[in-house]
Amino acid sequence: MSGARKSKDRTATIMLWLVMALTCGMLALILAFLVSKGWSVLSWEFLTKKPRSMMTAGGISTPIVGTLQLVLVSMGFAFPVGVFTAVYLVEYARDDWFTRALRLAVRSLAGVPSVVFGLFGLSFFVIFMGFDPSLLSAGLTLGCLALPVIVGASESALLAVPRDYRDASYALGATQWQTIRKVVLPAAFPSIITGAILSVGRVAGETAPIIFTGAAFFAPRFAKSIFDQVMALPYHVLILATAGTNIEKTRPIQYGTVLVLLFFVLGMTMTGVLWRARLRIRQRAQR
Amino acid sequence: MRTSLKEDRIPRIAVMTIASLGVAIMLFILYSLVRDSIPILAHVTLSDLLFGTHWYPTYDPPEFGMLPLIAGSVSVTLLASLISLPISLALAVFLSEVCPAILREILKPVIEILGFFPSVVLGFIGMVVIAPWMVMNFNIMTGLNLLNASVLMGVMIIPIVTSLAEDSLNSVPKDIRDASFALGATRLETITRSVIPAALPGLMTASLLGVMRAIGETMVVLMAAGGAAMIPRSIMDPVRPLTSAIAAEMGETPFRSDHYFALFFAGLLLLLMTLALNMTALWIESRAKRLRS
Amino acid sequence: MEKDKFSVRDLDLYYGSNHALKKINLQIPERAVTALIGPSGCGKSSFLRCLNRMNDFIPGCSVSGKVELDGSDIYDANTDLINLRRRVGMVFQRPNPFPMSIFDNVAYGPRLHGDRDRNTLRDIVEESLRVSALWGEVRDILHTPALALSGGQQQRLCIARAVAVQPEVLLMDEPTSALDPMATARIEELVRELRTRYTVVIVTHNMQQAARISDTTDFFLSGEMVESGPTQQMFTSPRDKRTEDYITGRFG
Ligand SMILES: Nc1ncnc2c1ncn2[C@@H]1O[C@H](COP(=O)(O)OP(=O)(O)O)[C@@H](O)[C@H]1O
Ligand SMILES: [Mg+2]
Repeated sequence: MSGARKSKDRTATIMLWLVMALTCGMLALILAFLVSKGWSVLSWEFLTKKPRSMMTAGGISTPIVGTLQLVLVSMGFAFPVGVFTAVYLVEYARDDWFTRALRLAVRSLAGVPSVVFGLFGLSFFVIFMGFDPSLLSAGLTLGCLALPVIVGASESALLAVPRDYRDASYALGATQWQTIRKVVLPAAFPSIITGAILSVGRVAGETAPIIFTGAAFFAPRFAKSIFDQVMALPYHVLILATAGTNIEKTRPIQYGTVLVLLFFVLGMTMTGVLWRARLRIRQRAQR
Repeated sequence: MRTSLKEDRIPRIAVMTIASLGVAIMLFILYSLVRDSIPILAHVTLSDLLFGTHWYPTYDPPEFGMLPLIAGSVSVTLLASLISLPISLALAVFLSEVCPAILREILKPVIEILGFFPSVVLGFIGMVVIAPWMVMNFNIMTGLNLLNASVLMGVMIIPIVTSLAEDSLNSVPKDIRDASFALGATRLETITRSVIPAALPGLMTASLLGVMRAIGETMVVLMAAGGAAMIPRSIMDPVRPLTSAIAAEMGETPFRSDHYFALFFAGLLLLLMTLALNMTALWIESRAKRLRS
Repeated sequence: MEKDKFSVRDLDLYYGSNHALKKINLQIPERAVTALIGPSGCGKSSFLRCLNRMNDFIPGCSVSGKVELDGSDIYDANTDLINLRRRVGMVFQRPNPFPMSIFDNVAYGPRLHGDRDRNTLRDIVEESLRVSALWGEVRDILHTPALALSGGQQQRLCIARAVAVQPEVLLMDEPTSALDPMATARIEELVRELRTRYTVVIVTHNMQQAARISDTTDFFLSGEMVESGPTQQMFTSPRDKRTEDYITGRFG
């Protein structure tokens, strides 16, 4: 092997390591910056008190609760629909036009820009269904956005259920539905849940779909009904940073809110990803 | 052939009905965007809408030329792709070909988790970190501009593209590498001459899906791109992509006004662009699958 | 060994265009062990799966001919598949207990078919585990996960699970091929005992095993049924040259 080729190879390898190191360095820097700025703001008060004095003081309990409520509503819709869509695709689908249309639709939904989901939510839930800007409208809009994530995760979870289980069940005289309900879904359930956790991460961090479907600039109290508007963490960051009454004065609150949002979203996704990795290892061990 | 037991017809139909909601939602999205954007065409011609250079939706009389918005979307997307695609592909190659296994076990989940990084936080970083830094170093009025948004957008799509590209490199069969090494190729030669060509459809798909995400991204451009509806002449100019125009203006627009319809038209454009990219990616995937078998 | 449980006539099976079973004609005697032998790929599993119509699930698989169970054709259009599979149980090559407790595995079938009463279920589970000679080993750990059992125990659990729905026939597809010799011996012993209550059809590529446990043997070769007869006769004086080649080739 000629020396020139060898040294080229070495250079390329070093470059690749460098790209990796720089990217990781940048990332660490960003995270360290956000944590250092936001950490001092975090306190029990900050997490449990409502905003005061035109949102220039106080805590962020209303946006925290609002985000949790949005997650609940969106999952209440997207989880069952997503799981059953995956059940259809994996267990029942034939090679027909409906299956192709369904696959195409799920794939397309995954690529729809989040602000377009917002427009759809405005036009459909807020106006056409008459839900007005509300927890319900915003939650359902987020649910539509989460749907393809849940379908994808559930599909791979169902596909990973060994063929053996299904055969054994049929051989005992089970119908297909009994087999799905009693064997396939329970076996796939842990992985399906990890998919749901990941989609919670996605839903909680989204802003654009809720701006005109139910996120409140300010709400004096927690939403009591699904027809109330809610504050939400990402929207709170947006308005404090761009449209607040005193952008500079509320910087600490902004950093604190960003950090809480990050903890929640990244915490959720980390849980999902790590748990899924553990499940996969266990599945492999069982083979 | 699956046996259709009589007992099974009802659950099957029930599951199918629930599943059809996905199709219904996608159709409704298309339908609402088309329905609510058609009325604007009664007042403004299609070519004025697409190629008009003045976006003054609140003037009297208003002007709805979207070229500046389209230029904003395209320029941010292009610059972001230029910055992030090479980095993403390099990272993917690193992960699949060079990285020691232990490190990879850590990096892969980290990258996947970063794919969920809330874009509003990136936009926030653009406002509080990058913008002041640019003002200090480049002698400009505000640091909220095309470059700022593009860098952040690039950061946003790196994990997405890296993850997908790594998957496709990883699925290249091992014997292709072995064959190349056995012929005396170096690792670099093996990567560039056999692994990357074999994974090319997957790498293209990954890039296309990254571009798709960039075009549709809202918060980063809403917060960091400056928001001026003008065609940029330099990377330090502020821009107002389609997404940020919708997000910023829809809240203050009377329901069913011309402005409202125009913003839906902008949404329709976005949807069509992302659909086109998505379908192209799908087409490449299915063609590659057909060629393989 | 008077009556025939199954009577198969002119059975053809295709996977797409692959003609996997060709004009099979044979009888399977009641309350006896029938062994299906032959080289791998000759269609033993395919044939076995015809007997409880598990082939229905395989895309592109088509079957023609008659398979009569107690005189009525199971490929008849109005066959109740659920009832058929209840009468004709199956044990698979690899032990495949569900990821549930031992108890729930055995109770799975009875529950499907409507048994809800706790005491009845307990009785069925105990009885089935006794039949499969597993009761002594698991009586105190009924509510632990079945996947924690050893391979041999898992396979006996699968037999218990099949027995729990009170089938008339047990189909077994190489049930010991994934097990060690000790576990294999226990299953063989069990199969001998099962014969008094059930009609057993067992696929095996191990001819000593066929010789040890079966009453009747059917020899398959590339989709055809070459020879069928009492096991004793088959292994001492085969009629067909190909059977002899196969048997001596393997034994020698
Ligand atoms: N699910 C299937 N799809 C298509 N062909 C199959 C399938 N199962 C078996 N075959 C084919 O049918 C023939 C018989 O297979 P099988 O019944 O499994 O044989 P054996 O159990 O005797 O080893 C083989 O040629 C095999 O390739
Ligand atoms: Mg077989």
